[in-house]
This record gives sequence, C-alpha cells and structure tokens, in this order.
Amino acid sequence: MNGTIDRSATIEKVGDHAITITRDFDAPVDKVFRAMHDPELIAQWVGPRRFTDQEATQVNEHGGTWTLVQRDDEGNEFGFRGVIHGTPTPELSIRTFEWLGMPGHVFMETMRLEDLGDGRTRVHGISVINTKDERDGMFDSGMDVGVNEGYARLDDVLERL
Amino acid sequence: MVMQEDQLDLVFGALADRTRRAILARLADGDTSVGDLVSQFAMSQPAISKHLKVLENAGLVSRSRQGTMRLSHLEAKPLGEATGWLGTYREYWDESFSRLDDLLKRMDD
Repeated sequence: MNGTIDRSATIEKVGDHAITITRDFDAPVDKVFRAMHDPELIAQWVGPRRFTDQEATQVNEHGGTWTLVQRDDEGNEFGFRGVIHGTPTPELSIRTFEWLGMPGHVFMETMRLEDLGDGRTRVHGISVINTKDERDGMFDSGMDVGVNEGYARLDDVLERL
Repeated sequence: MVMQEDQLDLVFGALADRTRRAILARLADGDTSVGDLVSQFAMSQPAISKHLKVLENAGLVSRSRQGTMRLSHLEAKPLGEATGWLGTYREYWDESFSRLDDLLKRMDD
C-alpha cells in the first residue's frame, strides 16, 4: 500500500464516561511504542510546541509512576502524573492520568498499537473517568469552541489577553 | 497560575449556559448596563441579573457604578486560565501527534 497516510486524529466521546483517540503513524509498532514509553522521547513530543521546556519520567513496570511537567515562555507550568498498571506492551498499555490543575479527577487510559503493515501503526487510545461531568469537562470545553457565535467571539477575547 | 478546583468548577458551571456565554460575548465588546442586556436578550431583568450573579461568582464579570447605572465588565483572565489548558484538548493531542510524526522520522530503527 503506497501513498500518504491520513494523519488526522479521531477524538470522540463514547458513552457517558469515555474519550477515544485513533491516529495513524508512518512508523513501525516498536518505534511508536518506544516514543510513547521512553521518558526522554515522551518529553520531545507530548504537548503543544509552545511548551518549550518539558520534563518527563516514566517507570514502565506494574506500579511504576510517570510524571510530565510542561513550561511555556510565559512561566506557566502544567503538571501531570499517573501510575502504570501491568507491564506495558504494544498490545496493551494501561495507566492512570491526572492533571495536577484538577487533582482527584483521574482518567484510566488504555492504549493498543495495531500493526497496519508496511511499517505503519494505528494507535487506539481510550480514556475513562468516573462521571460524565468530568469527562465532558475535559472534552467539551475544547470541542465546542467556535460552534456557536458566543464561543467564537470568546476566542477573540482570549487572543487579546 | 493553576486555578483552584473550586473556581474552575464555578467557571465551567457559568460557561455551561448558552445565555451566559452570549452575555460574555456581548461584554467582550464593552461594558454594559443591565437594561441594555434586558433589551438585547429579550429577557426579564431578574433573569438577566441572575445570570450576571453567576458570572460574577465565577469571577468572569465585575460590576461598577457609573452615576445611577450599574455596569457589567468582562473579567477575561479566569477564562484564559480555565481554557488555557482545557480549551485545547483536541489541539493539544493533534499538535502532540504531529510532533510525534517528526520524532518518529528522526528515531533510529
């Protein structure tokens, strides 16, 4: 199979508690797995480019912890943490995910890497949290921006801040 | 810079209502009296005042007196903090994955 792959991510709500993410990569499974589990590599891609200073730790064994700190040029700092459940493999990698800005609202994330052949990989991620409100709080605030004119104009305000 | 959870709850609670979002959008164009909002949104004064109270509690609106008029003013900072991270969930991962594309190209096999 030749040609370019579709690099757009599918990010959607499923049921009341879950967010799913699907994304194809033009690299073999083992490489994608390494990039997603080696903390030195994680620090090089997780998060928007405006975070110029990132630190990641991750212990890839059952009960191991992971942390990520992101800082931008304006001194904003965002911290994340969680725990690894089971030994991560390309077939199944499970962890918890908590943003320290909203402590106590913990997602459980499950990741599977599918071999598409020809050195390509499809990532299947699912994040689950206890309540619909928590799930929607994380998801809707991003997805609905711009849908109605009120939000569209709020975007303009935010740009001027 | 990270907001307290309680205030985040108030901000998101305030933003959950379509009318309140529209009021914020109106205030983005300049300070406004309750009377102006009443006529613009075709709602009763108590209803508008109730929405303003919710926005005020969330720190999104402040109110001042100008003569006999009470003006509402948009306080955009909490909005920026609340959406600084949460408002970009999809962008966050889209951009991350785009960086991962680049990283995968640089990595040794």
